[in-house]
Amino acid sequence: MNALILKLLARRVALSLLSLLAVSVLVFAITAVLPGDAAQEQLGQEATPEALAALRAQMGLDVPGPERYVKWLWGAVRGDLGTSATTRMPVGELVGSRLPNSLLLAAVTALFSVPIALSLGIVCAVWRGSWLDRVASTGAVAVVSVPEFLVATLAVLVFAVKLHWLPALSYVSDIESLGQMLRAFAMPVLSLCCVIIAQMMRMTRAAVIDQLDAPYIEMVRLKGASAARLVLLHALPNAVGPIANAVALSLSYLLGGVIIVETIFNYPGIAKLMVDGVSQRDMPLVQACAMIFCSGYLLLVTLADVCGIVANPRLRHR
Amino acid sequence: MSDSHNQFKQLVGPGESLRVMDSLRRGASRRDVLSMLLAGGMQATLAGSLAGMAVTAHAQTPRRGGRIRVAAATAAASDTLDPAKQSNQTDYSRGNMLYNGLFVLDGSLTPQPALAESYATKDAKTWVFTLRKGVSFHDGKALAPADVVFSVMRHKDPATASKAKALADQIESVKATGPNEVTVVLTAPNADLPVILGTFHFHIVKDGTTDFNAGIGTGPFKLKEFKPGVRSVVVRNEAYWKPGKPYLDEIEFVGIGDESARVNALLSGGLDLIASVDPRSVARVKSTPGYGIFTTQSGQYSDLIMRRDLGPGTNPDFALAMKHLFDRELMRKTIALDHAVIANDQPIDPTNRFYFAGLPQRPFDLDKAKFHLQKSGVTGKVPVVASPAAMYSVETSLLLQQSAQRIGLELEVKRMPADGYWSNHWLNSPVGFGNVNPRPSADVLLTQFFQSDAAWNESRWKNPKFDQLLLASRAETDFGKRKQMYADMQTLIHQEAGIGIPLFLASIDGHSSKLKGLSPIPLGGLMGYSFAENVWLDA
Repeated sequence: MNALILKLLARRVALSLLSLLAVSVLVFAITAVLPGDAAQEQLGQEATPEALAALRAQMGLDVPGPERYVKWLWGAVRGDLGTSATTRMPVGELVGSRLPNSLLLAAVTALFSVPIALSLGIVCAVWRGSWLDRVASTGAVAVVSVPEFLVATLAVLVFAVKLHWLPALSYVSDIESLGQMLRAFAMPVLSLCCVIIAQMMRMTRAAVIDQLDAPYIEMVRLKGASAARLVLLHALPNAVGPIANAVALSLSYLLGGVIIVETIFNYPGIAKLMVDGVSQRDMPLVQACAMIFCSGYLLLVTLADVCGIVANPRLRHR
Repeated sequence: MSDSHNQFKQLVGPGESLRVMDSLRRGASRRDVLSMLLAGGMQATLAGSLAGMAVTAHAQTPRRGGRIRVAAATAAASDTLDPAKQSNQTDYSRGNMLYNGLFVLDGSLTPQPALAESYATKDAKTWVFTLRKGVSFHDGKALAPADVVFSVMRHKDPATASKAKALADQIESVKATGPNEVTVVLTAPNADLPVILGTFHFHIVKDGTTDFNAGIGTGPFKLKEFKPGVRSVVVRNEAYWKPGKPYLDEIEFVGIGDESARVNALLSGGLDLIASVDPRSVARVKSTPGYGIFTTQSGQYSDLIMRRDLGPGTNPDFALAMKHLFDRELMRKTIALDHAVIANDQPIDPTNRFYFAGLPQRPFDLDKAKFHLQKSGVTGKVPVVASPAAMYSVETSLLLQQSAQRIGLELEVKRMPADGYWSNHWLNSPVGFGNVNPRPSADVLLTQFFQSDAAWNESRWKNPKFDQLLLASRAETDFGKRKQMYADMQTLIHQEAGIGIPLFLASIDGHSSKLKGLSPIPLGGLMGYSFAENVWLDA
């Protein structure tokens, strides 16, 4: 570890705390201006003034907004995320039951998509202009422009309804063996891979090509290094920075942005929990989810930067 | 059974069919059915073959055992096991697995004894209920009058935030008056008390319960797992008080919000029963071998509200003009794809025992509409507020817009998002749409939506004669006289209220053909949410 990394980390942590604070204010303000509050949403058509007043008092909605925010913030600082307005369950518990599912789905997807995307990207960059590059690049553009709900729905129609190979829903609670896990995850992971492989592959290809065009690569070639050595030991370390950032962006999407896949496969992840929270105006729940997405994003981006520095000899030894 | 019920219904009409099927379920023999039909003035030969058909339907013997997976249309972190807070089909269905009420509503919404064995009342104001003996909760505690007192009285406490508080307010006191006896005193007579106590919110829980997540009740199934928004699993209650029931060993119950995901999961074999199938998916389910559709016609309706206190509806002729603009036949065909029956601007539907069939059907009549519009003097653009929150209201308002154009009335359809519709637009717009779910009794419906001072009097229609009739009908214990009063009230609403009701909508469920025992209870789909103890899996 060198001073550069430590300085970067210290600055990132400070900035992250600031961004989290800003996001929490924004989320609170936006939930507050949405029409209706948690009590009205829960009672729906049954909202008589009397029932509303009773429920609001019970949910603590009768105190002014800023006061509620300060109370929430004070609790969050001490690690208490509060109680969900609609279910009366601790938010920590609600999130805790869903977060592992989301992390598992993200991990399995990453496990398949990252190696595939990186190797495809590098291969395309090295053999730039070849038929392989053309097919892969055109394919990537095609796949990235098809919305994921279409991919997911088509996959369900073909593999579940017509062929009966895979279950249409992803039941995580029933997983006992590896085989069951593969069956449950096959289609959600496939749909997610379609979106993020294409993105990561294109970024990797561009970053490696950028390096291959640099003058020092010509020097390496003149020195007589083998093609593999040229790409893997000379060009790639310099390209890790942008590649890691592309991977980080794609993975942060897996954490909170997979609502469509969660809906189609009825997968109990955290994105759906947040959407529930928003539609029920459940402020503590929405806040907690937003904080998790935000921290996840910041963590991944910081990790990517650290990776970029560590992998690059010029930056590492400065 | 549902198929034969449908066949039967075409021959003898829905009311009669329900009555016969219901008595069969209670154990009537072929001879009983014959005499019932003959008493109804039917020819002996026809009645004979009909009774035979009905009895074969009944002869299917339920099989014990098996596990099913069922999906309702909603699941959220707000799923609850507290009977007082239940608010949707997922909650109701789960509640019916775990709890019982004092009464249970049958296929004609007539209360049948459940945890109450019998009742006695002289004036419909003081009621004495005898509790069933030998009933115990899932944790082994015997059912006692104190449990009933607690379960009913908690609705009156504002801190409970009960959805049934308005209904519970008419209950003055509930007291244990014997080892197996509970006495309920009302603030005013109400002959429908057993119906009210048969609704899901009045399910019986253990005295003093504060945490409902354990789901301890007297119901046919015991709770094994409950994850709000994800799933619940229940297993057979071996000590259930109804002999032989339930048939299934285990039910896994999930909520899937996306309709096509629900249908796909059913057709791929992942589910055995799903709620709320879109009429557009019906053909797809029917054409797949091994799957069927189960339709429940109920009193659910989406209504056009024309407020009598502001906007164009202040002139009663405007409301009459609009009611004549409904092309009900076209709406039934193109919007509901035949999964609805035509309504007549009267809020009580044909499955209800108080439905007034003698009211002449209001036709689609442009001349009459034009006449009333001119008489009302309404000119210019009239905004109509619709939303996907009120089922079919957007499509209905577009059809209405087209017919209105033909008499020179310009309707401006304002489509609002479902999110927040009930708190922001419903009851506030001068002309807009509402949606009313099936209610357990005619009295509850009319009290909630048409009494002059009701909080949800959608059109602010005030009529002292109607209010008088409503109070009088509640105290009337003679069925014939009561039915006449309801007929008068329906006529008043049909003629005067600012409410247009084009259709009564059906609930559509999809199921695997192996699943047997479904029969409609017009409270909603999934057998009025009480499929759990009535269905079985065929081998």
